[in-house]
Order: sequence, then structure tokens, then C-alpha cells
Amino acid sequence: MKFRTLKIFLSILMILTLTFSLTTVSAFADEDEAEVEEEEDEEEEEVEEQHTVGSTGITINVYNWGEYIANGTDDYPDLNEEFTKATGIGVNYTTFDSNESLYAKLAGGGADYDVIVPSDYMISKLINEGYLAELNFDNIPNYKYIDEEYKYLAFDPENKYSVPYTWGVVGLFYNTDYIEEAPTSWNILWDPQYSGKILMFDNPRDAFAIAQARLGSSYNSTNEDDWYEAAALLKEQKPLVQAYVMDQIFDKMESGEAWLAPYYCGDAAILCEEVDNIDFVFPEEGSNFFVDSMCVLASSTHKAEAEAYINFMCDPEISGTNMDYVGYASPETEAKQYMDESIAENPINYPTKEVVSNTEVFAELPAETGLLLDTLWAEVKMGGPGTTITLIAIIAVFLGLYIGIVVYKRQKRKREMM
Amino acid sequence: MKALSKIYTFLVFLFLYAPIIILIIFSFNDTQTFSRTVFSGFTLRWYKQLFEDRLIMEALRNTLVIAVASAIISTIIGTMAAFGINKMKKLPKRFMMTVTNIPMVNPDIVTGVSLMLLFVFAVSLMNMRSLGMATLIIAHVTFCLPYVILSVLPKLRQMDSSLYEAAQDLGCPPAKAFMKVVIPEIMPGIITGMIMAFTLSIDDFVISYFCSGTTQTLPIYIYSMTRKRISPEINALSTVLFAAILILLMIINLRNAKDSKKEGKKR
Repeated sequence: MKFRTLKIFLSILMILTLTFSLTTVSAFADEDEAEVEEEEDEEEEEVEEQHTVGSTGITINVYNWGEYIANGTDDYPDLNEEFTKATGIGVNYTTFDSNESLYAKLAGGGADYDVIVPSDYMISKLINEGYLAELNFDNIPNYKYIDEEYKYLAFDPENKYSVPYTWGVVGLFYNTDYIEEAPTSWNILWDPQYSGKILMFDNPRDAFAIAQARLGSSYNSTNEDDWYEAAALLKEQKPLVQAYVMDQIFDKMESGEAWLAPYYCGDAAILCEEVDNIDFVFPEEGSNFFVDSMCVLASSTHKAEAEAYINFMCDPEISGTNMDYVGYASPETEAKQYMDESIAENPINYPTKEVVSNTEVFAELPAETGLLLDTLWAEVKMGGPGTTITLIAIIAVFLGLYIGIVVYKRQKRKREMM
Repeated sequence: MKALSKIYTFLVFLFLYAPIIILIIFSFNDTQTFSRTVFSGFTLRWYKQLFEDRLIMEALRNTLVIAVASAIISTIIGTMAAFGINKMKKLPKRFMMTVTNIPMVNPDIVTGVSLMLLFVFAVSLMNMRSLGMATLIIAHVTFCLPYVILSVLPKLRQMDSSLYEAAQDLGCPPAKAFMKVVIPEIMPGIITGMIMAFTLSIDDFVISYFCSGTTQTLPIYIYSMTRKRISPEINALSTVLFAAILILLMIINLRNAKDSKKEGKKR
């Protein structure tokens, strides 16, 4: 009898898997292919020159931010599939949630990526540590469409390793029902009047950048005092902050749970458009200008294919459609004509020249400063060394209690034995 | 008093199922902003998008392939291990049980990192390029095994060992006696173990995160959405999975009920 139950269970499982595994599972195959492919490389290059569309049998591994590409929904094209159609190169597309996760994955080893899309400061870190390959720009003819202001940026001063994918500026959400005058300064995040209605970024670089903008110091400062000052400012702000969050900012703003929150402009436009009482401004102290760029890893065995992928993404029409979906700004003026006008002309999606001129891009911090930043951030969020002492006290009390109980029980037992 | 206990039961169920109900409701939310707090109309858009979204479908496929493979493998190995452990003498038995329990009590993150280090080492030793599906399956089998062993072992202990001997006395060859007598007797344990392994594998995040290489499972994909917003497509997907599992359980239960009815009649 019981066999039948198992049989049903198994067969349903099998049906489920089979449905979803119509496309072959290639994890095992990939590894063997790698060696064969090296030999085939020369032939393939010829094939590429003739622009044959047949499958090359190569699959490149792409690692990008989550929800950061048009993927076939909402009547947008599936760009990875379009790329495969156009070049015959397969794409294994996976996603990450933060620059730090990306770094952990690369540093941990065991992941064989070809194209990655980190942000500014992570790019300089990866360059310095030798993770990235110099690009061969002959393979990326579409690079000519990239606007001049997105070349030779601080994180890649020689412009050898990265091709911009998107860019944006950090700004400030506010609820027009409760804050009648549009804020012009980051100071409002320190206003006790809005205590408990303020949200802050839950990552150290972005949070410190806001304090540093107020202080007028550089986000990439190597002077320790600048960082201590910024940390003091953040600690002062902490009692007013409702929560340190990232994506929940949208829910909290939309539901009116919070009134003020900083965020990246690319995602902001849609909320402003859909919700009447939410607006977005760029404070006058300036803010962070961020660029997410495509890079090829030095360990990549399919460098030419990876560059073909980058080239494909730089095609103005592709870039335009893609950014139309993603909501961030394209680094190509040429791409704007393929975008929805409401996005291409929107000052939130495409901040004006004045806004951009008042911004600074993140670069990698020297190791000591980075360490200092981590410590200070931990102090800001947890409340400094004072909490460590209370923590130790709590642990000590529990330990004392435990030992007390054990001793008491033992004595009791002894007494009973007697 | 009775009313009070009813209210209490109701509250317990409310706490258990409220999140799922909210999740299902918001999978039908007609929102442009991916809102999870404001309900603004009914739509099936997210279900449509879900099946168009190749990335989600690929992640789901990977997750299911891994879950099924690791459930089957760990059930087979685990059942065999349970037989062995059951026949052991007291001291080695206790030792084996402790060893089995370690992966269960070990924090996931420790298991994950140590497996990753091992895999990275092995992969570089074998001159391969990357972790992937294979390492994920191995990792999942590792943490599913103790659960299978622990659900099969009590059934073995409960079983009257003379049953097996009786079958042989009546002229049944050992292998056949094993298949016809022992296995059906412990089948409930095996099924529980397998379902347990399957569900554990589906929702594991931490260990998969470290051992995934360039393969992406559903939990990892969902986590990567957190910088932007988690799309209601995920609500839709969860609803579909929830419904599928609910139907699966209902079929199993109905079948069982029917079987026991038949049995009752025979007697």
C-alpha cells in the first residue's frame, strides 16, 4: 500500500522536474567543454568574423545586479536571448545583491565568471587586486557611443578595464503631505521634527556619503578625522532614524510609514510617477554619482565572447530598450532616442548637468580607511563600545546564573545522597 | 473555557497562515511600484510575467533538479545507513549517531563555508573551472542525510525483527523477504525522510549560496532582488508552489485514507 504513495510522490516530482529541465542541465557538461574549447578557439574566431549565427557551443557566465536587465517580461525583449540569437554564444546569467557579495564570490574561488557588472569603488578594488582583464576595445566597436563624461573616471583612471552600463545619482525621497516645502539640503535628515520618520541606507559607503556631503568632505577622504566626524554625525542622527533599510524604502515610503529617505535616482522615478504625494530631490550639498560598469575577469577563458557581450549591450538601441526597462540612465546620448520619452526627459531618471556637476564618484579606500569605515559603521549601527560592555555584562550574568544552578543542583543531590 | 480554547486554536492558525494568505493576496496586486503594502486592484499580470521570465524559470528549474536529485540520493544512502546503524553494537552506535547529528546542529554558515573550501580545493585539484550543479547536489545530500536517517531509524527499531525471520522460515529468499517485508514496514519513515529532504533542499539558502559557483537557485535569485524591489512575480511563484504542494499532500492523504478503508474491508 505504502509503495503506491511513494510512487505518486515520486512521479509528481519527476513530472515537475522534467517540465523544467527541457533545456539541458549543462553543469556537468560545462566542465568538460572548457578544455575542448581552448583548442577550438582559433576556428571560432574565423566563424565570428563571418558573422555566422549558428551556435558556437560556448556559454559565457555573466554576473549582474538583480533585476538589472530586460528579461522578456512586460513586452520587453529578453536581451540575453537576443544576444544568443545574434552571436550564437550562450549566456548563463546570474545575479547578486551587493558589491560585497560579488567580491566574496570572486575571492572565494570556485566561480568561473566572464562578465561582471560591479560599481565604481568595487571596480578600483578589483583592478588593484588584479581580478580584471584589460579590455580589447577593437572587439567593442560600440564603445564609441559612450559619452565622454563616463570615460576615464576616478575608479578606472586609465580607462582600460571597464565599460559603463548604467549611472545615477543619490537623491532624497520626501512625502509632500507632511513636508510642504521641497527639502534643499541633507540637513532635513537630522531634523528632530521628523524623528522616527527618517530612513537611512543600510550600507556604509552610501550612509557615510550623506554625512560627508553635509560636512563638505570628500567621500574618498583618507583623512581619519573626516571619517570620525562623519561617524559622529551619523550617531547623532541615529535616534531619529526609523530604520536602516534598502529595498523596503519603497514600501515604507508608499505606505506613509516613513516620510524621508535617500535612494538611487534610477529606481525613484517610478515611485514618484505612481504615487502622488512622493517627490524626489537632489540636495544642494551634492551627492554620490555612481556608475555600474561591465568588466571582464582576468581568469575568463572566453574573453573575446565576453567582449562581444559587452559590445552588444553598448548598442544604442539595446542600451535604450534595456534602460527603458531597468529605469536607470544609459551612458549613451544616442540611446535616448530608443527610450520612452517620459523616461529620457525625466530629470529624476536623467539628472541635469548641474546636479551631476555637484557629485563625486566613489573610489576604493585604502585598506586602513576601509577598516576604519567598517568599525565606525558597526559603532553607528550598534551604538559604540558602550554596547559591547553591556553585551559582556549580559553574557556574564547568564553564565553566572547557569553556574549557580549547576552548583545548586549538585549540592542538592549530595544532600539527598546523604 | 471551550470558547477560549477555540479562540486560542484560531489564533495559532492565524499566526501560522497569515503570512501565506497575505503573500497570496499580494500576488494579485495591480501595482506599478511593486508595493507590498498598498493593494490597488486585481490582476493576473504577475502570473503572466512569471512564466515569461526566463531567469526565474531557470532558477526554479535548477532548484527542482537539485531538490529531486538530493532527495532521492539522500533517501537511498540514508536508509542504507539507518540499517547499518540499527544493527550496530551500543558504543559504535552512539558514536555514529553523534556523527550523524553534527551536520544538523552545526550552523548552516559553518557547513556552507567548509563545504565551499573543500569543493574549491577539489575542483582545482581536478583541474575543473567552477562549482555548479554537481557540488550543489553533493552539499544538499550532506545536510539532508541526517534527517533521513533520523526518520527511518525509529521505524526500524519499532519493527519486530522476527517478521523478517518468519518470512525466511516460510521459504522466502533474503532479498525478496527484505523487499516484501522490511521495506513496506518502514516505508512511512522513508517517505517522511524523503519529503523532509526535498523541502529542506528547496528552501536552503546559506549552504547553496556558498557552493553554487555559477549556478543559481531560486532562493539566491530572490535574495539578489533585494537591492531593487522584490517583484510580485515571486509572490505569484510562491503561490503556485504552495498550491502544488497542497495538492500533492491532499492526493497522498486521500490515497492513504482509501487504502486504509480497503484494508479495513478485507479484514
